[in-house]
Amino acid sequence: MNPTHRFQCLKSYQASYWFCVVVCALLIGLGAYCALTMEHAGHIVSGMNNHVVWGLPHVFAVSLIVSASGALNGATLASVFGNPHYKPIARLSVALAMCLLIGGLLVLVLDLGRPDRLIVAMTTYNFRSIFAWNIFLYTGFLIIGVGYLWMMMEKRFHRHVLTAGRIALFWRIVLTSGTGCIFGFLVGRNALDSALLAPMFIALSLVMGTAALSLVLVVLAKWQPAVLTTALIQSLNRVLIWFLLALLYFSVVHHLTNLYVSEHHDIERHLLSGEHAALFWVGHILLGVIAPIVIIVSRKPEFALITRMVVSSACALLGSAALLYVIIIGSQSSPQVLFPGKTVVQSSFGDGGFTSYQPSLWEWGLGIGGVFLALLLCLVVLRVLPLLPESTHGSGLRVNGVQSALEPSDSTDHSAASVAVSGS
Amino acid sequence: MKSTASNSPSNASAAARRRFLQGLGTIGAALVAGSAVLPANAQATVKEIKGVTGKHRWGLLIDTTKCATGCDACVRGCNAEHGINSTGNPDTDAQWIRKIELKDNLTGQLSSLPMMCQHCESAPCVDVCPTGASFKRADGVVLVNKHTCIGCRYCMMACPYKARSFIHEPITDQLTRAPRGKGTVESCTLCVHRIDASGSQPAEKSAEKTVQQPACAVSCKEDAHNAITFGDLNDPDSEIVQAIERSQAQQVRADLNLNTGVRYTRL
Repeated sequence: MNPTHRFQCLKSYQASYWFCVVVCALLIGLGAYCALTMEHAGHIVSGMNNHVVWGLPHVFAVSLIVSASGALNGATLASVFGNPHYKPIARLSVALAMCLLIGGLLVLVLDLGRPDRLIVAMTTYNFRSIFAWNIFLYTGFLIIGVGYLWMMMEKRFHRHVLTAGRIALFWRIVLTSGTGCIFGFLVGRNALDSALLAPMFIALSLVMGTAALSLVLVVLAKWQPAVLTTALIQSLNRVLIWFLLALLYFSVVHHLTNLYVSEHHDIERHLLSGEHAALFWVGHILLGVIAPIVIIVSRKPEFALITRMVVSSACALLGSAALLYVIIIGSQSSPQVLFPGKTVVQSSFGDGGFTSYQPSLWEWGLGIGGVFLALLLCLVVLRVLPLLPESTHGSGLRVNGVQSALEPSDSTDHSAASVAVSGS
Repeated sequence: MKSTASNSPSNASAAARRRFLQGLGTIGAALVAGSAVLPANAQATVKEIKGVTGKHRWGLLIDTTKCATGCDACVRGCNAEHGINSTGNPDTDAQWIRKIELKDNLTGQLSSLPMMCQHCESAPCVDVCPTGASFKRADGVVLVNKHTCIGCRYCMMACPYKARSFIHEPITDQLTRAPRGKGTVESCTLCVHRIDASGSQPAEKSAEKTVQQPACAVSCKEDAHNAITFGDLNDPDSEIVQAIERSQAQQVRADLNLNTGVRYTRL
């Protein structure tokens, strides 16, 4: 019989925990004020206009939503693929995924022109719209997440964890594809009209979700060292490299296919050498893909394993957000081709020209508020539910041979590490 | 503890991976089969409205040879009809109709035309609207239901003609015939209030004689350009259909195959 891993609530009463709670609450308050201002004054206070209709809040919202899907990968690796290193953090992975999704959805809703009509969006559907389908996918994700957690936490349901994990995996693949399709189904936008966006968003979600999970684990390890083992860090770093390479592959193929089609040359010139070139090349390619990979594979002893994970995850997150900015904003700020073979000489609406978009502080506030709402939710949930593995100093830990990454270690060989866990 | 090859974590993981890949293959096959069915249903839905039938399909013909460079009579007429006022920022102002001057890249020929909602038969804005607030009437007029529009702007992202406007700031003194409001999306209605006001006209009269002309067409005519013709695209004897046939009028972005209700001569 497999020994059962024991879980507990976040037990920390350190000042740093409350400091994090207060910082999150303050930034959520700021976000709420920004949302209220935009709702009251209208989107005129944002940098958005009738050319760039989806602005920075969408970048934040989509980042959080795809991160949510990717963060669940920790639980998937444990339940579906049987990777023992992830079993202690499987519950945390599900909880974090749900919190990130709620944060992203809130930003999305508060950026609506009529957020007060949310009830309309929840009760009136056009099933031809991928957006309407996504409403079901998002709410379904939350319901499946609750069920998945329940299966993990209730001993008599442990035998159903694998089934719940498979359902969650299937659902998040569909969800991320659906999010990608929101952009990929836009036939009038040369930069977006591509089925490649669906798999690219899956890769993006795996990168952002893994990076977000890694950073959250590092913070939690300060209070509860057992959440982060050296073997887990090594595994997270390893999978991040593969996810980054997958993202780079889809990104390169997307741009190469666009460069092959002459009608897309103008938009590609705009994205790769225009206003957003720095974000693409420095943000996405250099900071978001090359830097994390180099940092992870570098074997220099002066960089601790955990430092490499923190820096590479932060780079991957920022770089992926930069890519999303280029996809969402870049596609709108370039002119839509209405008259192939003709040049717009004059237009009262700026047809044929590039639009400059500067996000306002209200948009930054709303987006940042959403991120910290997700984090605060996670801090609260971890406090009230036993989602974290018990500390190595506790009585019931079953982590054999794997030390907490934050604890002193004499050995660096963890190849024989194994964790015997059931119900995750 | 003795470990055997059959129950080692790596073997268990490999077996799980095989099962997962098998499942993924099944799901992939189902999705491919499903996608083959999807295009057959991929057409814009039509909202049934009392008194509106598919007998007519209202549309416009723009004669670019008559549309004068620098003239914006149609824009002024539309703005006056619908109570649209400029705030001085064209990027955030509502523009139900706008003027565009074009130059042919090969011949250098200049042309001028108004651009507005093209009232597509397969309207992308209708397809993508999550709440169904963007809808198409049986007579081909594409509208926005101001009561169910949540202001998500997905229709604006989807419109290939940039014909939709989001209302960025509070507006007052709206006209009863043109309900408008902050936080919602709007576009050319083909002066649907005029079309509906003509609904009680005797049926034996030909469509374009009984139905009031849109404000843009009236203004253009008043300015003596007569570049905009309104009429019933379903009536082969109507003036608009005859003119479309004569002039071989085209659709903007005909490659998208949206079957627009607005056509242009000498595009």
